This record gives sequence, C-alpha cells and structure tokens, in this order.
Amino acid sequence: MNWIYDPWPWYVSGPLIALVMFLLLMIGKRFGMSSNLRTMCTICGAGKTSDFFKFDWKAQRWNLIVALGVMIGGFIANNFLSTDTSVDLNPSVITDLQAKGFESAGQAYMPNLLFSNDVFSDPKGLLLLVIGGLLVGFGARYAGGCTSGHAISGLSDLQLPSLIAVVGFFIGGLVMIHFIFPLIF
Amino acid sequence: MRSIIYLAIGIFFGIVLFKSEAASWFRIYEMFQFGSFHMYGIIGSAVGIGIIVIQLIKRYNVKSFYGEHITVAPKDRSFTRYMVGGIIFGLGWALAGACPGPMFVLLGAGYAPIAVVILSSIMGTFLYGIVKDKLPH
Repeated sequence: MNWIYDPWPWYVSGPLIALVMFLLLMIGKRFGMSSNLRTMCTICGAGKTSDFFKFDWKAQRWNLIVALGVMIGGFIANNFLSTDTSVDLNPSVITDLQAKGFESAGQAYMPNLLFSNDVFSDPKGLLLLVIGGLLVGFGARYAGGCTSGHAISGLSDLQLPSLIAVVGFFIGGLVMIHFIFPLIF
Repeated sequence: MRSIIYLAIGIFFGIVLFKSEAASWFRIYEMFQFGSFHMYGIIGSAVGIGIIVIQLIKRYNVKSFYGEHITVAPKDRSFTRYMVGGIIFGLGWALAGACPGPMFVLLGAGYAPIAVVILSSIMGTFLYGIVKDKLPH
C-alpha cells in the first residue's frame, strides 16, 4: 500500500479522472468545476447586476457540494496520504525555474514565491495571483467551460467547440510561459 | 443521501487531483515547457477512456443509476468565444498554475494564497457577466 503515499503516475490518475466523469454522468450530472464560480456570484447577489447571474442557484447546489468535497480531498491527500509532496520535475525545468527566482522548484508542491504566506506582504506576487484568477474566471465563462468541462468532458464527447477551447487554453498557456514570464520573472 | 454521493465523488476527485500532482503549479509550468509527459498522459488517458465511455453510453443507450436518459448537451456552435475565451483562460491557468478544480484542492491542502486566486476568479466571472453582451460570441 506504500504506493498510495507516493505521487500517482499518469496512467493511474488519468483513468481515475475519467471514472469521476463517468460517475457524474451516471448520477445524471455533468462534469464542470468552473460553473461553481458563476453560482458563487449569484449567491453573492450578482443577479441584481446582470441577467447572466439570474438563475436558481439551488439547482447547482450539487456542484457546490462536489467542490466542497474536492477541498476535503485536497486536505486528506496532503495531510494523510502523502509523505513527501515535492514534485519530481524535469531537471532542466528546475534549472530554468531557479534562474527565474523559483528557488523551491523540485523541492516543493507549490512555489514559495507565489504560494507561501509571505506573498501577502509582496505586492507583485499578490498582483500576479489576482491577475491569474481574473483571467481564469473571465476566460472560463467566456469559453463556456474550463479544463474539466471542455478538456475532459467536451473532448470525450468529441465536441468541436471543446477542441477549439482546448487549443485556446494551450495558446494562452504557451504565450504566458514563453513570452510573458520572461518579462515578469 | 444524494448529497453524500456528491461529497464522496468530490473527495475522490480532490484526492486524485492532489496525488496526480495536476494541482501543482510546477506541473502546469513543466507542461507548457514540454518538460515532461506527465500532464499530457493524465489528460490524454482521461480523454481516451472518456471517449470510449461516452461512445458506449450512446451506443447501448445506458441509463443513469436513477433510470434517466444520459445526454451530454452539445455546446453552441461558435469559434470566437471558444478561441478567445480559451486563450484568456490559458493565460491565467499558466500564471496562477491552477484551474478551477485544483484551486479548491489547494485551498483544502492549506495553501492560503490560493484564496486570493479563487476570489479573483469569482470576480473575473462577475466581470464577464457584466460585459458579456458587448463581447463577440
């Protein structure tokens, strides 16, 4: 059972993600995490500002419960199912990241530069987190889905719109890492 | 009862996302640097199996556990919204190193700064709702 405590290889993780999608279909639901962000807007009263948020959020309650479960899952996996959470990255990626100031590359799960509590007193790091979040939230709704809804669920259903969105995800990601990161790190 | 099922599926999904390292900022960076097959293997095998599963559901008209017909609603036909929205999402995905699922995983795992990303992604969703009618779809 020691394998549980190690990072799970892709050929275990990928099929398990497909299993999550299958289970949701079998209980009559659709896989899509970013819809929860819209629901949270509605709960906060955004329906007064835009019709986009005027819907019965209670119909989406199930998805909020899934999101709560995902949080609990993260807590369990980090605290009870892991001995060492450092990510075994490609050595050349580690060298590249360390040159950019990401000293914890290869020794941690998340970069200290952006995800240690020091970031709360670092205006640049905070600003980057805010911009990243804004882009994810805006883009996910504009594209009508995120990695779960388009890349997993939509592609599995062979939907062309999802393929276009996933190509967009990758264009955006490549531009950020290869052209914008050199300017900000 | 159904709430327990939703919670259990969520917990399972959260554990898989954390243990697969798909919730790690570093893995997303490495993916966009083409530094490892890991993330491509995860997404590729999930989609490969997903295609087979959905084809089987359609071919054999598999009903849900509650006896309902399973349909995957087709997305509206368009190019602009998917490409432009996708690129905006991708920029944020690479910068924050997390998409909406892993955001919740990381909050549960105790990375407090991810709360900033979650709150601003809710704000980003809100901004979309405000300017939606002015955007090409």
